[in-house]
Amino acid sequence: MKLRIKLLSATAICAATTAGAVDLEVMHWWTSGGEANAVAKFAEAWTATGNTWVDGAIAGGGDTARPVMVSRIIGGDPPAAFQFNHGRQAEELIEAGLLLDLTDVAEAEGWADIVNPSSLLDACTVDGRIYCAPVNIHSWQWMWLSNAAYENAGLAVPTTWTEFAESAPALQEAGLTPLAMGGQSWQQNGAFGVMALALAGEEAWLSVNRDKNAETVMGPEYTRVFEAFGAARVFSDGLNVQDWNQATAAVINDTAGAQIMGDWAQGEFAMAGEVAGEDYSCLPGLGEVAILDTGGDAFYFPKQDDPEIEAGQKELAAMLLSPEVQVSFNSAKGSLPVRGDVDLTSVNECTQKGLDLLANGNIVPNGESFLAPDTISQLNDLMTEFWNTPAMTPAEVQEQYSDIIASAE
Amino acid sequence: MTISDSRPDAGDRAAARRPSRLFRNLPSKIAMLPLIFTAVVVFLGGTIWTVIYSFTKSGLLPRLSWAGLDQYERLWSSRKWIVSIENLAIYGFFSLIGTLVIGFTLAALLDRKIRGEAVFRSIFLYPFALSFIVTGLVWQWILNPELGLQNVVREMGWTGFSFDPLNNPDIVMFGLLIAGLWQGTGLIMCIMLAGLRGIDEDIWKAARVDGIGTVKTYIRVIIPMMRPVFVTSLVLIGAGIVKLYDLVVAQTSGGPGISSEVPAKYVMTAMFGGQNLGQGFAASTMMLVMVVIILIPWAYLEFGGKKHG
Repeated sequence: MKLRIKLLSATAICAATTAGAVDLEVMHWWTSGGEANAVAKFAEAWTATGNTWVDGAIAGGGDTARPVMVSRIIGGDPPAAFQFNHGRQAEELIEAGLLLDLTDVAEAEGWADIVNPSSLLDACTVDGRIYCAPVNIHSWQWMWLSNAAYENAGLAVPTTWTEFAESAPALQEAGLTPLAMGGQSWQQNGAFGVMALALAGEEAWLSVNRDKNAETVMGPEYTRVFEAFGAARVFSDGLNVQDWNQATAAVINDTAGAQIMGDWAQGEFAMAGEVAGEDYSCLPGLGEVAILDTGGDAFYFPKQDDPEIEAGQKELAAMLLSPEVQVSFNSAKGSLPVRGDVDLTSVNECTQKGLDLLANGNIVPNGESFLAPDTISQLNDLMTEFWNTPAMTPAEVQEQYSDIIASAE
Repeated sequence: MTISDSRPDAGDRAAARRPSRLFRNLPSKIAMLPLIFTAVVVFLGGTIWTVIYSFTKSGLLPRLSWAGLDQYERLWSSRKWIVSIENLAIYGFFSLIGTLVIGFTLAALLDRKIRGEAVFRSIFLYPFALSFIVTGLVWQWILNPELGLQNVVREMGWTGFSFDPLNNPDIVMFGLLIAGLWQGTGLIMCIMLAGLRGIDEDIWKAARVDGIGTVKTYIRVIIPMMRPVFVTSLVLIGAGIVKLYDLVVAQTSGGPGISSEVPAKYVMTAMFGGQNLGQGFAASTMMLVMVVIILIPWAYLEFGGKKHG
């Protein structure tokens, strides 16, 4: 009975709001070709409802955009909506009471039933209230391989990390770089995270990231990961690039054998006209333990004084998760939809692998929902130093890693 | 009795002097008020606020939850911070000497009344018109082993030639230094040139009569006379060194690894990348302390010494 009243009242709110058109400013950092195309799908759907989408794109990625957004919110001139990654980035803004409570929208739309995996909604929930609308799923746990590079070297395309590591010297002899790795620290720490989940397994990974158990870091499972990561350092010799998409380009041009990078890299292969299975191969979980983490993007809505804008914000939140918008947006973005009950329009071999893993529940929440940004930035610094300093031993880094995990909040 | 006699007397003297001091040039003092206000509230107030909050656990938002010296302990046990300080010391030392020597040499050469002086002056000053981001990107390309200098020399036939400072952790700071000098020396040259032009012709004539060589005249006579110009240059170069940030971001983004990190970048990463304001404030407070430690003895020598002399 209570639920029905709640539902009715929520629907009434939604119905009432469709009458008045509002201008909503939406801030995000999706500026590359494919990303801008995907955002346009949101804008089109929003304009179709008779409202106005004011695009507030900030170039330069999340690290540049987040401070701008935060300073506008704290400074009293908040946008109507803004994009953050799933995880703990917005934690303090919620605690400070600066963000709009979306619980009524979530109940009216039944988000608890449709959002799959449910951990995405958990990442939006603080003290039982929902504060954000998840829009897509991205996962890190992929290795992208150039079929032509292995063919030219007269080798079979590896199907596991072990095979890859064994064939790497032969690839180097053929004048190719086995592993493309960009110079930015998040890429090196990210690759380590992928190797940790693939080589140490789900249990150890959760123990370290979720339970912050520093002893697991010193345990045998993780020792193997540190050694494998240390041994992989020489695989990237000969390629000096900074950005992740430059490293992906080396795989596309067949000058590098493989890259460990999230599924957003697939957008680059698609842009270059490459076909999954023919020109490139993908190994979820490095072909060892096929478990994907489920990160991605979510929209948050700062509190506003104007009730009309607040109604518009709730309407927008509901729209972002509607089936049509989920399909059109995620098809353009190359990410997976957050609801399990929709089908993407075009699915290639690799995306299908991802969807299957998602459907089978071979997933973990992403590392960013466990670790605070502060801890992640400490780990970034450590892993990038490790990757670039041949003199550092795995044992030494293991010790420092466990110290950081022990002091993590 | 003598005390009560002298008291009003001293009071009279003070009363006679004080108003005249305080109200002398009143209009100009009123005109200065906005600047004084800005200096006190924005600079001093902001500094004090930052120092206070460096003792808190502030994360994304400033919060007054005390953490004692935790932020400082973590700062000084962080390898990245130590590397940053070392890098700044290396960059600062070579940048200071390099800019002064090259700037003065170029100015002295231009001062020899060569033909096309205006052209050369414009060329040398031109890099200063670019932002550090542009300079950083240009030099990133020039020093890139696959695209830039190394590749050009190798294509000319010297296949063994190797010059890739930006990818070698041991010498990456010199890769930054090249770009920094390229950008900064032009301005110092112009300031030095203006200083040289301010030297009286008669000094040169006197030196010539005494039979002193040109180089010796510059070093022994002209440079000591240009002390104020050198002080100005020092302040400009020093400020440039401490705030070194954008060049690093554009050229190496702190890499390879953490080998080209600098304190200003540490502050930015901690505050906005790591959402840890307290750590960033602690680091910026340490930067302030370092500047003060260098500045106070120098200011004492520079301005305190003058009163005696």
